[in-house]
Amino acid sequence: MDSLSNQNEERHPGQWSRQQWLGLLAQSGSDELLSHWQQLDLDPGHRVLREAEIGSVMVRGRIGGEGDAFNLGEMTVTRCSVALDDGTVGHGYIQGRSRKAAMVVALADALLQTDQKPKLAEGLLLPLHEIRQARELELQAKAAATKVDFFTLVRGED
Amino acid sequence: MYVAVKGGEKAIDNAHRWLGEMRRGDRRVPQLETAQISEQMTLAVSRVMAEGSLYDAELAALAIKQARGDLIEAIFLIRAYRTTLPRFGYTSPIETARMRCRRRVSATFKDVPGGQILGPTFDYTHRLLDFKLLAESEDEQAEEAIPQDSADVPHVLGLLDRDGLIQKEHRTDEEPVDITREPLEMPASRAARLQVLARGDEGFILGLGYSTQRGYARNHAFVGELRIGLVDVEMEIPELGFAISLGVIEVTECETVNQFIGSKTEPPQFTRGYGLVLGQQERKSIAVALVDRALRWKELGEDFLGAAAQDEEFVLYHADNIQATGFVEHIKLPHYVDFQSELELVRMIRKDAEAAREKADD
Repeated sequence: MDSLSNQNEERHPGQWSRQQWLGLLAQSGSDELLSHWQQLDLDPGHRVLREAEIGSVMVRGRIGGEGDAFNLGEMTVTRCSVALDDGTVGHGYIQGRSRKAAMVVALADALLQTDQKPKLAEGLLLPLHEIRQARELELQAKAAATKVDFFTLVRGED
Repeated sequence: MYVAVKGGEKAIDNAHRWLGEMRRGDRRVPQLETAQISEQMTLAVSRVMAEGSLYDAELAALAIKQARGDLIEAIFLIRAYRTTLPRFGYTSPIETARMRCRRRVSATFKDVPGGQILGPTFDYTHRLLDFKLLAESEDEQAEEAIPQDSADVPHVLGLLDRDGLIQKEHRTDEEPVDITREPLEMPASRAARLQVLARGDEGFILGLGYSTQRGYARNHAFVGELRIGLVDVEMEIPELGFAISLGVIEVTECETVNQFIGSKTEPPQFTRGYGLVLGQQERKSIAVALVDRALRWKELGEDFLGAAAQDEEFVLYHADNIQATGFVEHIKLPHYVDFQSELELVRMIRKDAEAAREKADD
């Protein structure tokens, strides 16, 4: 799981693993995803292997944060699979219920396995990564501002 | 004999139209958008997601709007929708130790690695109505500071664990029961209990948690740690052959530390209660942890004191507000035939009783 936890480190085009780009795309908001995708102006020939489908996954937690697993509750997920004309298969999974976004992720996943990778890394992954990183940094900065500094009052009875 | 009665269609149609009009309210007031609910009524959205047991803020906002703000009705809508979704699978357990915390406090240790982070809390507010909000829009900006050290925020109870002073949670690869797929059976596993409590009614669980503090179940608890923040949700994808992150969710986690003098099976040590819920739901997570701890009496070799919060059947079979509201509210629906038979019965008994009295008087 190390590769998943290191998502916030600096990243340059070409370094992305499939696991990392799929994770980034799944987490990106569908508005941001679709607008960056449109700017790329790609229309790759493909056929749909699995129509975009809205469903759920059961999210698990651990008892005491570290013990046996238990079922916490579900979340919505949409998935889709495509094959490019050259046969490359792409799978798209996103949080939420946007069929369009799941389709875009599936196409991007396929293209990222081809020689189009630098273009997508530059025009799609990098901006989405920066958005995510900015969001995380903002959370950390606001949390840091509410961190308690304890001080001890010296009582004059020495 | 069962007598089917038809009628009332027109009345029902018109009742629903009036409902729609009432939902809209005064048309001179702009209509509420679901984005306004999901952005500005976030804690209501959290509750609907947790008790509806489906993490999707947009759907929860829609349900709240449709239900005119009746959160249990909104939860009902989400539960109904949830049943229509195909289930893609079970995720890996979320790693709350890697939470990006908005809030993280401990009532047991002042100096904890990662620090005490208050976050956007109501605590320390004076609970005075802020009349400014009547007149103008709120436009306050959060302060920012440079985060020190790493964002690593280890669990506080790990500190006690190092000294062996706290009961360990055992970790196996056992598949947990899923009460949305199998009927809830007694005795229930702790996993099943935590699932029921996570989606249980906040008010019911709050009341039960409160009862444990007032002496109904010996359960003096400290909040070892309370944290609210974002975690990644990861799942193994069969067609890929590896796990990917499917998204980010907000959760609230509470770990209580409870004094424990030991029993026939366990040494004197601290024991733990655990509460994990979807969304930002601090009060609920603390109450879940209290009730979780009370329900553990048997495994810890404690006595059953007859307290409601210790009674697994009582707690688990009454925590779900959709089951509860369904049964409580159904008695308002037509029961004409049932009632007719009761009426007949009472009349008959009265007649017999009167006859008996007259006979005695003679």
